[in-house]
Amino acid sequence: MARVNTPEELNTFRQEILSKRDPNNPVVSICAGAGCVASGADEVIKAFEEEIEKQGLGAKVDTKGTGCPGFCEQGPIVVIYPEEICYIQVKAEDVPEIIEKTILNNEVVERLCFKNPGTGEVAIHESDISFYKAQQRTVLCNNIKIDSKSIDDYIALGGYSALAKALGEMSDVDVLEEVKKSNLRGRGGAGFPAGRKWEGSRNAPEPIKYVIVNADEGDPGAFMDRALLEGNPHSILEGLIIGGYAIASHEGYFYVRQEYPLAVININLAIKQAQEYGLLGENILGSGFDFKVYVHQGAGAFVCGESTALMTSLEGRAGEPRPKYTRSNIKGLWNRPSVLNNVETWANVPLIVNKGADWFTSIGTESSKGTKIFSLVGKINNTGLVEVPMGTTLHDIIYNIGGGIPDGKKFKAVQTGGPSGGCIPEDLLNLEVGFDELTKAGSMMGSGGMIVLDEDTCMVDVARYFIEFLTDESCGKCVPCREGLRQMHRILTNITKGKGKQGDIETLEELAETAVEASLCALGKGAAAPLLSTLKYFRDEYEAHINEKRCPALACKELISFYIDPDKCQGCGMCRKQCPADAIDGDKKLIHIIDQDKCTKCGTCFEVCPSKFSSVTKLSGVPVPEAIAEDKRTIVKKAKAKGK
Amino acid sequence: MEIDKIDKIIDKHNCEAASLLQIMLDIQKENNWLTKEALARVSERLDVPLNRIQHIATFYKAFSLVPKGRHKVHICVGTACHVRGATRILDTVEEATGIKPGETDLDLKYSLETVNCLGCCALGPVMEVDGKVHGKMTPVKAADALKTYE
Repeated sequence: MARVNTPEELNTFRQEILSKRDPNNPVVSICAGAGCVASGADEVIKAFEEEIEKQGLGAKVDTKGTGCPGFCEQGPIVVIYPEEICYIQVKAEDVPEIIEKTILNNEVVERLCFKNPGTGEVAIHESDISFYKAQQRTVLCNNIKIDSKSIDDYIALGGYSALAKALGEMSDVDVLEEVKKSNLRGRGGAGFPAGRKWEGSRNAPEPIKYVIVNADEGDPGAFMDRALLEGNPHSILEGLIIGGYAIASHEGYFYVRQEYPLAVININLAIKQAQEYGLLGENILGSGFDFKVYVHQGAGAFVCGESTALMTSLEGRAGEPRPKYTRSNIKGLWNRPSVLNNVETWANVPLIVNKGADWFTSIGTESSKGTKIFSLVGKINNTGLVEVPMGTTLHDIIYNIGGGIPDGKKFKAVQTGGPSGGCIPEDLLNLEVGFDELTKAGSMMGSGGMIVLDEDTCMVDVARYFIEFLTDESCGKCVPCREGLRQMHRILTNITKGKGKQGDIETLEELAETAVEASLCALGKGAAAPLLSTLKYFRDEYEAHINEKRCPALACKELISFYIDPDKCQGCGMCRKQCPADAIDGDKKLIHIIDQDKCTKCGTCFEVCPSKFSSVTKLSGVPVPEAIAEDKRTIVKKAKAKGK
Repeated sequence: MEIDKIDKIIDKHNCEAASLLQIMLDIQKENNWLTKEALARVSERLDVPLNRIQHIATFYKAFSLVPKGRHKVHICVGTACHVRGATRILDTVEEATGIKPGETDLDLKYSLETVNCLGCCALGPVMEVDGKVHGKMTPVKAADALKTYE
């Protein structure tokens, strides 16, 4: 492929790609994202390739491993174009049938389609599925249509047309003004307006400036950046180049977590392809604008997601944050103006340039514009990535898209914003998601993690979990974070172990306040949020742990016991056979008894006890009843007992 | 690890001190852990004091200053897995392998680590052994899965 030298040539090239592709020919898109691969997508891709080759359909049918469309719960996902027929939980064995029926004979294999749980209706097309229906996918929508390793696929769908428009029809100031007007706010956490950040850098006197993609997605339970990096790397790269143009920077960086090896590979490949096409490098599209991009890998430190820590790490040092007397957009990487934005923020830039700021501001709420991708996980029926307009209510996301809580359990709270966010209780479910709305509720948008918690989740344990995570990830530079977190963690661990005492809650509040006030960076400042929000909405759970040594959610191991109800046990022996600690005594037709001294509280007995008996129960805050007397342990069938 | 292999990695990054992290990551990837000799060589070639290299090697989780076992067991303790019972899986694996997270057993069979999200939350709780994901784990399934590794 020769270099593309002008915006017109790019257009011609796009037409060329499209003319080679017959839109009526079937295309099999198989999600090759992390979730689907873990469920066996690789074997499905292989099976499709082999079967297509075997049947000699290679010339007619195109197979591609694509990025993640978000419906991880039902993976591996296969979508067949042009009809857009969506199959879920596809296994390699299903492949010959799909080819025979759908590809050769245009029939739908109904058993592989999603059935909407409420109505039982079969959803043939992707857009019929309840999970997708209520979403508005502007950033994620191309993931399933693009072979993530093909720049041609991206260009065919209009890729790099925003870059061509920016370089060809707009001045750098026009681009900046458009982004400012769109009120695009950073998708990584704090929600700082991207346009203002850019403007600061642009106006800084230092001539050498940098633009950086923050792809150090460390929030446990959030994977939207990963899906974009792996699935549609060119969209982020295009955004970055446009950003470079707008602030007159000629050097860009991707800082990618090393835990995302596929993202690193795909980004590197995207850069190489863009260079070959002349979309990166010198004199891009004949505009005279030069731009280079480098990829740096992180080395496993959550704090490196913080802007100044990330820049320190880019300089080849331990990623400790710096005080921000001067903002990093004025003095950042190597003390030069540096614009750092999150992956999703950059991916929005080409859309804004292409469709205009007015389009962007027509979506969302007063202060939060556009869409946001959330990773909906935890105790939820439809785990996956969800892209909705800002202003959608939590209730809609959890129930209409997420399909509610599994196993008929009761919703307790939703945790948003990762370790620096908070828990939102049921009575606030009508809250519209947006940067300011979530902050007001004591949580935050963060990068968009949304973890649903049900009645079995202990809120003290959730707070302890996040504080433990942050204790481990604190860089140790400043005392309120390093020592404060350690003490908070110690107290919370004691509470969950039943060693809490009067005054613990007050001490926690005091420590939290100090960490919020006096920490150097956002990690410490935000660290107390999970604790404070759970204290605010679930104080009774803390009190039950401390005063009654009881875990209301029956989750804290040290505070619960497993007990077999002698009235319900039918002596089936399931629990005895599976108990890894040999703690259960019993025999056929004998009521089973758990030896509390041997029990490791792994919960296996609770899980394997057949639901028709459900004789294993969890107790907390009350003593375990005395074991039933030996002579009463023999189980007599009720029918026989009646006969006597 | 041989000196010329280390030199090759250093040369690949143009012997630049700014690429220190990338060089160390490459050595870690190649050798599975960072030997004292390797770090000394990097220090010498890049003209970076060894204490700064030690600082980096202990700061970031990706680096190991001790050898690793044949099988790398990662238990995901991301939030989604945590609320679905990852702690119970971790307890079981600790029991089965006799080691705690961050440790390697004496036979160099297992290295156990916890990780903060593998991005397959739909399958939680998740255990990953040598890159293979074992999803929807229960204590019993986790113990059984470990038995298949030699």
